[in-house]
Amino acid sequence: MSNNESANGSGGARAHDATLHDKGLADVTTGVDTSPEGSESDPYAQYRDTTEGRVFTVTGGDWDEAMADVGGDERIVMNLGPQHPSTHGVLRLVVEMEGETVTNLRSVVGYLHTGIEKNTEVRNWTQGVTFVTRMDYLAPLSNEAAYCMGVEKLLGLEIPRRAQVIRVLLLELNRISSHMVALATGGMELGALTAMTSGFREREEVLHLLEYLTGQRMNHSYIRPGGLAQDVPEDTPEKVAEFVKLMKKRLPDYDRMLTGQPIWQNRLKGVGYLPVDACLALGASGPILRAAGLGWDLRKTEPYLGYEEYDFEVPVSNDADAYARYVLRVEEIHQSLRIIEQAVQKLEPGPVMVSDQKIAWPAQLSVASDGIGNSLDHVRNIMGQSMEALIHHFKLVTEGFSVPPGQVYTAVESPRGELGYHMVSDGGTRPMRVHVRDPSFVNLQSMPAMSEGGMVADVIAAVASLDPVMGGCDR
Amino acid sequence: MTEPDEPTTPTTDSSAAGAGSDGGSGAQGQAAQPEEVAESKPQPGGTQSSAERGGGNGGDSLEPYGARPAEPVVAGRARRGMFGVAGTGDTSGYGGLRLPAYVPPAAERPYGGWFDEFVDDFLAALDENGIPRDAIQQITVDRGEITFYVRREHLVGVCRTLRDDGALRFEFCSSVSGVDFGEDVPQRLHSTYHLTSMTYRRRIRLEVCVDVDDPHVPSIVDVYPAADWQEREAWDMFGIIYDGHPGLTRILMPDDWEGHPQRKDYPLGGIPVEYKGTEVPPPDQRRAYS
Repeated sequence: MSNNESANGSGGARAHDATLHDKGLADVTTGVDTSPEGSESDPYAQYRDTTEGRVFTVTGGDWDEAMADVGGDERIVMNLGPQHPSTHGVLRLVVEMEGETVTNLRSVVGYLHTGIEKNTEVRNWTQGVTFVTRMDYLAPLSNEAAYCMGVEKLLGLEIPRRAQVIRVLLLELNRISSHMVALATGGMELGALTAMTSGFREREEVLHLLEYLTGQRMNHSYIRPGGLAQDVPEDTPEKVAEFVKLMKKRLPDYDRMLTGQPIWQNRLKGVGYLPVDACLALGASGPILRAAGLGWDLRKTEPYLGYEEYDFEVPVSNDADAYARYVLRVEEIHQSLRIIEQAVQKLEPGPVMVSDQKIAWPAQLSVASDGIGNSLDHVRNIMGQSMEALIHHFKLVTEGFSVPPGQVYTAVESPRGELGYHMVSDGGTRPMRVHVRDPSFVNLQSMPAMSEGGMVADVIAAVASLDPVMGGCDR
Repeated sequence: MTEPDEPTTPTTDSSAAGAGSDGGSGAQGQAAQPEEVAESKPQPGGTQSSAERGGGNGGDSLEPYGARPAEPVVAGRARRGMFGVAGTGDTSGYGGLRLPAYVPPAAERPYGGWFDEFVDDFLAALDENGIPRDAIQQITVDRGEITFYVRREHLVGVCRTLRDDGALRFEFCSSVSGVDFGEDVPQRLHSTYHLTSMTYRRRIRLEVCVDVDDPHVPSIVDVYPAADWQEREAWDMFGIIYDGHPGLTRILMPDDWEGHPQRKDYPLGGIPVEYKGTEVPPPDQRRAYS
């Protein structure tokens, strides 16, 4: 347990300013005592006095020593993050403690805000995919799918069946990779480093497969309004079957390594408790809600992309703690494998993009000798044979297609919960507004409810069990 | 053809100024409104005409229009010309093209699907809780989704009714988002709520329209704690002030940031990009076709 920055918000900054005025710039210090006497002081719990009280910079070492320096039952405000290996991304937690018991917790987000929602408003509807796939970077395909389903709903489009099946296949592969990272980083934050290496190893398998299918490991921009950018390779069923076989062999290892392991259970059981009424009030969805006993999974309750045709279970638990969420995620990986197997069975030849040439982005790419995707047949056709096709291509690519005015809300079950897109069109070729209801953002609101009254070490377990992705949270 | 619900601007104005304690601050937005109303005045017999809209004709009607006429909700900006060219640069002949701003049409019964039954239950529940029917400014059904345009004075009461009534049961507030429709639009800021009923598996949308000079909306955090961060986000990005929010501070932008970045009049601040010897202007300054 360590914290790397002073707490007490503005207090530290004020003290810093005061030093700036009193001394010269060269004398300004970061609070670390570098004088000869200071070098002999305790290197793990250096402190400086500020107007708000004594601020310690704890960089490691023994908790008892740090507490001894603080002395007695003083109230401590501890800052975790935003750059910290245990906070699951650039999340900052300000924890107020009595001893080791958390009395107050504030989450501070926004460090990864990149203005994606605003950016989509100055690009056309197809270009938006490239942006939204970068938000929740562990579930890029969920973002793409939800965004494209929104555009398709605005346009009143029905996409071809093959595109739907491939979307389901990719979404479930993506769910596996995301849950693997949840296990891996969650394990790492609790000190189970083998869980980290194994989790990332399995995730790598998924990313290799996704690269083979879509051309990119992450940030695919593969799902497009109207269907898919291109078809998957011909030997997709074989490659997927290989992957499923490998995963079925390796998944039991997680049960052997973690599920029954006493340390893992002791760290997670009864930690981060959030019952179902609190989940509903705080808007928590996904594994957190299902681990609290409500089997609310949009794939079942509001089926999209033909999920009603697939045979799978929605795992539910009543324990509502971090351990239940872990077990539930592992079970969801099993269920995703079931869906993947069925999706491969359903793959039948057919188009992967709507036939409406006013929507379908001309992207029938083939890799040329320079290794860059080109659509030579298409170029030959529009340049050599049809002036209208050339104009049409130019208009579609530069201007984009118009979307009739109105607004929709589409939601998919991302690995973290309800990922909703509220999209407003005013009839133009660019969105008026794209708002993302990101599950990480909403779920993080439940951090105080999960952590206050518990031990500070359990805060880490609670964050890990929420599995927030700050790219999605801050957008 | 003299229907009682012909839009009459004086009533409209007094109602819009209702809750806000704005003396002169709202004057600009209010002044702009009658002009817009006149511009988008429906033609006889056309879409949006009073003949098509119906309702408001008696006590037994379940239409939400009370004594007060429905105000047109503008959800889009008007367009002029084409190809983003103004003045003499346009040789296409489309320079005189005028496209009015989009006005979401008020739905007529039957709404279809579960909407009719739901609206009956909803309005009955509003009556039970003493919330006037004209709290609902307009109902729009579009693309299989139902939108209730709610007057801000009654938003919290409407939300509480939707959550607590046994026939409605919207336990889950999925999403709160702001929308800005641009400088020329009356009541350009919209605060949009997506509520989910897990019991009945229904989703609805509530929308509150406010003027940019008086961007006050009551906070629904008391009813749906899930709205906490999302209202902070809408404040941060759009400057919608949620009255009664427990701590309305910025959430995504730095605390000392000035302005509200997702408003349409807030510049994107892009920089030109050099690509193969030419310069591509920043995205917000590129030619827009729509």
